[in-house]
Amino acid sequence: MRLLNSATFRLALLYVALFGGSAAVLLGFIWWATAGVLSQQVDETVLADIKGLAEQYERRGTAGVAAIIAERVRRDPGGRTVYLLTDPLRRPLVGNLSNWPTVEPDEDGWINFELVDRDAVDGRPHLARARPFVLQGGLNLLVGREVRELEQTRLMILNAMLWGIGITAALALAGGIAMSRGTARRIEAINQTSREIMSGDLSRRIPTRGSDDEFDQLATNLNGMLERIEALMDGLRHVSDNIAHDLRTPLTRLRSRLEDIGTATAAGGDRAAIDAALAEADGLLAVFNALLRITRIEAGGRRENFSAVALADVARDVAELYEPVAEENGLALSVDVGAGGEIPGDRDLIFQAIANLVDNALKYTPAGGRVSIAATGRNVIVADSGPGIPAESRDVVFDRFHRLESSRNRPGSGLGLSLVRAVARFHGGDVTLEDNHPGLRATLRLG
Amino acid sequence: MRILVIEDDAAVAAYILKALSEAGHVGTHADNGRDGLVSATTDEFDALVVDRMLPGPDGLTIIRTLRASDNHTPALILSALGDVDDRVKGLKAGGDDYLVKPFAAAELLARLEALTRRAGGPAAAQTTLSAGGLEMDLLARTVRRDGRTIELQPREFRLLEFLLRNAGSVVTRTMLLENVWDYHFDPQTNVIDVHISRLRQKIDRDFDTPLIHTVRGAGYVLREAPESGGGDAPS
Repeated sequence: MRLLNSATFRLALLYVALFGGSAAVLLGFIWWATAGVLSQQVDETVLADIKGLAEQYERRGTAGVAAIIAERVRRDPGGRTVYLLTDPLRRPLVGNLSNWPTVEPDEDGWINFELVDRDAVDGRPHLARARPFVLQGGLNLLVGREVRELEQTRLMILNAMLWGIGITAALALAGGIAMSRGTARRIEAINQTSREIMSGDLSRRIPTRGSDDEFDQLATNLNGMLERIEALMDGLRHVSDNIAHDLRTPLTRLRSRLEDIGTATAAGGDRAAIDAALAEADGLLAVFNALLRITRIEAGGRRENFSAVALADVARDVAELYEPVAEENGLALSVDVGAGGEIPGDRDLIFQAIANLVDNALKYTPAGGRVSIAATGRNVIVADSGPGIPAESRDVVFDRFHRLESSRNRPGSGLGLSLVRAVARFHGGDVTLEDNHPGLRATLRLG
Repeated sequence: MRILVIEDDAAVAAYILKALSEAGHVGTHADNGRDGLVSATTDEFDALVVDRMLPGPDGLTIIRTLRASDNHTPALILSALGDVDDRVKGLKAGGDDYLVKPFAAAELLARLEALTRRAGGPAAAQTTLSAGGLEMDLLARTVRRDGRTIELQPREFRLLEFLLRNAGSVVTRTMLLENVWDYHFDPQTNVIDVHISRLRQKIDRDFDTPLIHTVRGAGYVLREAPESGGGDAPS
């Protein structure tokens, strides 16, 4: 099945058809040029012979022709020629044939028959090709040639040709398969490398042979493209690493200075302002870390930390962690997870994504409401009875730093849902928001 | 404690050394990988603070080299790279803990204390933990304070166990998340505080002296009596 689907195999079949077809045309020409010409020569000789005898008959009459025929028969003891002269009732007068052949002439006037009264040389009957001619006096003349040798030659040529066709077809098939294999192998090398790259190893390159053929050129071009992509990705990573270094360091210094001031003025008892500044710096750093984290996850590719994750357990852990928060906010938090299977994933990231959804639900649902967490298969659904999100805003809330007007005065960085989406897509899934009538229903799909 | 700080950024190094000396520790500084590796192999230290990116051999190479030569001094890796797999790589290289820059001095001190405690004490052999009249039986999974049994949820039990194991030392919210909940994640709200406040209800409410104290800007500490009135970072 896979072989039939392979483009190279189909190419090989086409190759066999074309090669075989042209070989057949060539052999046909050879057949016509050898066997055909041979029998044509026999026919021409016979026709010339008849013409000569007819002239002799006109000039010398029946006795003259009979003498010539008798002389020719005498000079041909091997019986390679066929001569028979009969009266109008086809009763033999002279010749080396005892009876007029019973076979009717074909549409061209030729008679192909067996020479029954000659010795069979090697067990096979003698074959003859002859042409009847009616002389002016009503006498019947039959002139022919023994064609056993001719037939044997034709048979040999035909035999050789059949073998030739067989060998050609076999060679074409073998060549086609070899060609298809070679091509398939090189295409498979490209596919294999592509798959490895898609699964995250961008450092892989397609092997080249150095032959500079089309495949090598394709590989070189693809490798060049990959080089470019890797350079861009490195650049991106470099930028984010630079941000990490260049911005985190001054922030660290700011923080340490604030802390110094705090310690120094602790005796004076006036720390509130400094603590607030510290908290501010910490908040800034948290936003910054979250942003970097989203970028890293979105850049993707690195799934080194993937392991089998029991989604139900993670969902339960999130519920357990947030249960006291729900209680404090006067909300009912329910969790409905089955035994559940395991999915490949990053446990910490999945926990973070579910926690962000639950955190949001708890934050926006007014007291007395309910929040539920459900896990089935690869999906986690977090639903609440809060104000929900208007349909037209359900896409933009995933944008970084996007915050709905109604939530501007609430704490938060506007990165929570961005991170959820990054995590979902990192796992090959996505996150969708729907109306929960009332409230919001978020479905986190992990692959 | 004697602590070797291998850090090339002078400001960060000064900040760490100052925090260490204020907490009563002796800090030694190396500003590049080669000097750091030499100090770590020739001197005895209670713990190492190693920056991940250093001139000369980098932090992970230093730790790997030490571990290969059978030196098991607890090592805390400092890094500006905070990804989960960066952390995993750091721990795989033989690091004992991983702290992302920037960090609060209290977080660093708390983690160093926990590290050396883990390295020094035969914690696994203990079957009971106690502090200030509070007793925890790790086998029977029971908690009593001044003879009165206190009912705890499993998670509350683990939370209290971690506080007790680190009694007298500050534990940060991140440390609690990593050790009690076993997740490396970034809570958007004060979810840990709510759990602590629940635990306090059960442990401290009916008693005269509170055991669980909030350390502003750092985390929590479980100890018999506050050493200073303000509940500041331990000094």
